[in-house]
Amino acid sequence: MTYHTQVAVIGAGPAGLSAALEIASAGGKVTVFDENDRPGGQLFKQIHKFFGSSHHGAGVRGYHLGEELLQKCLDAGVEIKLNTVVYGLFPDNELGIVCNDQTHTVKADKILIATGASEKPLAFPGWDLPGVMGAGAAQTMVNINRVLPGQKFVMIGSGNVGLVVSYQIMQAGGQVVAIVEALPKVNGYSVHANKVKRYGVPIYTSHTIKEAVGTDQVEKVVIQEIGPGFVPVPGTEKELDADTVCLAVGLTPSVELAKMAGVQITHIPKLGGFVPLHGKDMRTTDENIYVAGDVSGIEEASTAMESGRLAGCSIAEAIGALNADAAEVRRKEINERINQLRSGIHGEARRDNKGIIVRRYEEWLAAK
Amino acid sequence: MRVSKHPILGDYGADKKSVTITVNGQPMEALEGEPIAAALMANGIRAFRKTPILHHPRGIFCAIGRCTDCALTVDGIPNVRTCVTRVREGMKIETQDGLGEWGGIK
Amino acid sequence: MACSEVKKVYMEHPVAVIECFEEIPCNPCQTCCKQHAITFSGGTINSTPKLDASRCTGCGLCIATCPGQAIFVLDGTFSETEGLVSIPYEFLPLPQKGQAVDVMNRDGQVICRGEIHRVLNPASFNSTAVVTMRIPKEYMDQARSFRY
Repeated sequence: MTYHTQVAVIGAGPAGLSAALEIASAGGKVTVFDENDRPGGQLFKQIHKFFGSSHHGAGVRGYHLGEELLQKCLDAGVEIKLNTVVYGLFPDNELGIVCNDQTHTVKADKILIATGASEKPLAFPGWDLPGVMGAGAAQTMVNINRVLPGQKFVMIGSGNVGLVVSYQIMQAGGQVVAIVEALPKVNGYSVHANKVKRYGVPIYTSHTIKEAVGTDQVEKVVIQEIGPGFVPVPGTEKELDADTVCLAVGLTPSVELAKMAGVQITHIPKLGGFVPLHGKDMRTTDENIYVAGDVSGIEEASTAMESGRLAGCSIAEAIGALNADAAEVRRKEINERINQLRSGIHGEARRDNKGIIVRRYEEWLAAK
Repeated sequence: MRVSKHPILGDYGADKKSVTITVNGQPMEALEGEPIAAALMANGIRAFRKTPILHHPRGIFCAIGRCTDCALTVDGIPNVRTCVTRVREGMKIETQDGLGEWGGIK
Repeated sequence: MACSEVKKVYMEHPVAVIECFEEIPCNPCQTCCKQHAITFSGGTINSTPKLDASRCTGCGLCIATCPGQAIFVLDGTFSETEGLVSIPYEFLPLPQKGQAVDVMNRDGQVICRGEIHRVLNPASFNSTAVVTMRIPKEYMDQARSFRY
């Protein structure tokens, strides 16, 4: 069967839902597709209080923000199709979807790709043993499924994901035996690190995991110091009594659908890897396809929601649901909040790299 | 181990119905609506299957239905992603050594 | 504020200590303070928070509000030898008043024994309890957590 919708949003995470709300509020017809059986993406796993200003929902726990956003979407008449995989993006704005074991086609005037990101793996001897998992996996297990996936955890990576998930494992009753960081200093926010340090969790900087040992599952973990050039230093092995290894070594945007649609992709290491080229208005090199959230560069949940609003605003204008003046006012407001989020020692690097994407997009446009 | 009490999320499980599934013929208690992988891990099982060639044990890796490391045979259908498939009363779970069988075809 | 200056203040009245030194855009502490004791330089929330100790009453509202759990209240007026340190706490079980605990520093090392003086966990704190520990005064600058 072929369906038609004015705007198709792929992904019902914070970016997708924020965009859908923006479009629906302006009077546009929007359908959000998500392969999961519940919306929210990663937002409902975030049980910590968010940073930012009151405009960013600071002090509110992530999952409460998610519940609010979802309710607003439903109240605004956004159609959300769960258990629906968008398996392909074909020429002429066609989506291939699978729902209830049947394939269908959806034709849309405008498409927003808000597919988020996947966790990067890290290969080392024993990495395929039961008990080695992504940090996001551990977070899903404790916060959503309410099951501890182990007792004694070693967290690889001290970025915000590693630090925050370590803390959440402790809140669920697990013990974090160590956090292992390849760089010479902690990668995430100091305040996140302090929350676990003060409860005795050691953070081994300039270290890596050498191997996970066990027969049917992880029984012990060996870490090792690394020297200049990230070369392991012989004789510095430390054995840790642990049954679970969580990998928090970075996220990478899920750009498969964008690539399939022929959108120009660029490589920005600091934003996670391959990123679709997009302009300030979140439009890609295909004038009918937009991106928002982590798929447009790895940032945070707050940024995902704002970039979703930005894309939603641009799409609403493009379909004629929002006039140019109103769109301009709305964009200015959103950009002010986004710029605030992209400041400080952590935020500035993201701002610079997002700037590179926009510059390359504009160069591509000029060369066309 | 179930996280039945949590400082932020509150209590969990008391209002959930208990269902019985079988794992390799053995009955196991699960909470209605939870993913199969959660039920298995709550009951202490972390090694779900064996890989086809080297017969190495595998368990969950991504827990959100993307990597397929958690796949098991459910009600006769092989390679079902147990981290995103929810339990039902009477569900039959069988561990796989390899890619599993479907209607007698490996 | 330097360590010695903070000490002068908390020996006279309870005061908050904000251990937030990275420029991250964030200001719930400023918004929640009823005494308007917390400001950000340059009028932007991207700088670090500054506490005006003369306005701070040590009420502790900011302890539960800070998403980074980076704020504590020190009160050196409790007795001749003991002081109170209030910390954010988001674990189970919550301690009981009167319970004896090991007090730890920022690196999780045990520095002294202490007693739980008060536990506040109203709904308005949104699941961040504020636990007050009674400890020997000389450890107030270091004490930032406890274990059973």
